[in-house]
Amino acid sequence: MPKLTKEEVEHVAYLARLSLSEEEKEMFTEQLNRILEAFAKLQELPTEDVEPLSHIIPLQNVFAEDEPGKCLPVEEALANAPDSDGNFFIVPRIIED
Amino acid sequence: MFNLSAKELAEKIKKKEVSPKEVVSSFIKRIEEVEPKVRAYITLTLEQALKEAEEIEERLMRGEDVGLLAGVPIAIKDNICTKGIRTTCASRILENFVPPYDATVIKLLKEAGAIIIGKTNMDEFAMGSSTENSAFFPTHNPYDLERVPGGSSGGSAAAVSAREAPLALGSDTGGSIRQPASFCGIVGFKPTYGRVSRYGLVAFASSLDQIGPLTANVEDCALLFHIIGRYDEMDSTSAPIPTPSLEEMLSPKVEGVRIGLVEELFGEGVEEEVREGVLKAVRYLEEAGAFVDWVSLPHLSYALPCYYIIAPSEASSNLARYDGVKYGLRVEADGIIPMYMETRRKGFGTEVKRRIMLGTYALSAGYYDAYYLKALKVRALIKKDFDEAFKNFDILVSPTSPIPPFKIGEKIDDPLKMYMADICTIPVNLAALPAISIPAGLDSQGLPIGMQFIGKPFEEAELLRLALAYEEANPILPLHPPRL
Repeated sequence: MPKLTKEEVEHVAYLARLSLSEEEKEMFTEQLNRILEAFAKLQELPTEDVEPLSHIIPLQNVFAEDEPGKCLPVEEALANAPDSDGNFFIVPRIIED
Repeated sequence: MFNLSAKELAEKIKKKEVSPKEVVSSFIKRIEEVEPKVRAYITLTLEQALKEAEEIEERLMRGEDVGLLAGVPIAIKDNICTKGIRTTCASRILENFVPPYDATVIKLLKEAGAIIIGKTNMDEFAMGSSTENSAFFPTHNPYDLERVPGGSSGGSAAAVSAREAPLALGSDTGGSIRQPASFCGIVGFKPTYGRVSRYGLVAFASSLDQIGPLTANVEDCALLFHIIGRYDEMDSTSAPIPTPSLEEMLSPKVEGVRIGLVEELFGEGVEEEVREGVLKAVRYLEEAGAFVDWVSLPHLSYALPCYYIIAPSEASSNLARYDGVKYGLRVEADGIIPMYMETRRKGFGTEVKRRIMLGTYALSAGYYDAYYLKALKVRALIKKDFDEAFKNFDILVSPTSPIPPFKIGEKIDDPLKMYMADICTIPVNLAALPAISIPAGLDSQGLPIGMQFIGKPFEEAELLRLALAYEEANPILPLHPPRL
């Protein structure tokens, strides 16, 4: 496996919407490389014929009746919002002029 | 009174020998005495608990059926939503989050008459093995205040160990119930994935997370499991399988049980004293009529990297919801993306960031096949190893933790060393199995050693029956609470 560079760490941080300090970038570059190096052990296992296990219990297509249930009242749903106008969440402007 | 088991407390309340208010008051007094040393709780709800105790008392006096745990206090890990009670996940990002609804397990506990006395400390978002990753403060092990209580459910384990609560709920993604139970000398139980509803549990890694009991003895564990182990339509991974009856779970069984000692979990990385302590405890099972032999699960040595790819991958996706919009912290910045980035910078601690980074990388274009897909395939091989082992054995046994409780600060700067603390518990989550940690004894320093019993899917009853028989056979169990 190729080594993870600081630029890649910055790119991954952007994908994860994390702003990192210079110190954190250095630290994570070093640590993630060390962790991934230890995890390279996985590559030694042949797995060509193995089906990936993404669902651990054999439940499929769990349906519910299409009936309206009880919903949270608007004021409760908004009670934890950092910013709202009583009916909507308010976010910073998204669309440019 | 705080030294009585939950079952004894429930019986005394039912017979009106003590009132729920007296029970709650006794635990409040205990909390006032020892909490400054242990620091198990993030939020205490003592006034509300007293009020609820009065209500239950009135209902009891009217002759109502008030449930199996009527008037018995319980501590709840702070990643389980409690309506009207702050639920922080030990994170700055949820520091002031007050859930508008109860998790299903909370609803079930309230129906059973249990009284919540507080929300317990944990590693932030359940990521950690020592509770040092709490954004607020570390919790101390009641057996040695300089040591960690384990994690991530360290607050719940320490609260029960110090008898600041007779019962607690935790969550277990890679060992987060069992390892702290082991470190604090109590019983911790992770049921089969799908047995306990995850509705209202703040998600870490959704294919691995499971809620379960932390208790002072096996009987209380069965009682609490019986209450929370219910099918729930609010969780689409909840299993529509009937809950075992209490009578069944409470009849000890050891004779003729085929026990497999997992070779790979007694080997490299496991301290000699832990290994010896567990093998000594296994002799009680042998003497009581169990058949004991060694069994090899060759792919277990790949469990740690497998887990530390799958869990952070799922976490990186689950934690995308903390964006400063609907709830939690928001840090204002110029534009929406800078707002997300600053909010998450300030809101998350280092370990959470590390795992988000690791998971985002493992899922990113070009690396998905090499890491995430590979890990899912290895997960299938690990599951297959367990299936094979269970053809010849009923229960598998290992240490719960490879090491005894370590000092606060000892491993916090080395993530890989910290991850190693989970080698014995992680395989169980990957295979979705039920497993219980129960004390094997104390080491030469007087610190608890935990032993893990692993069962077949949805055969929790068999697991609890063996644990009960073992507890009866080992004269030092249940352990006396440590002196504080």
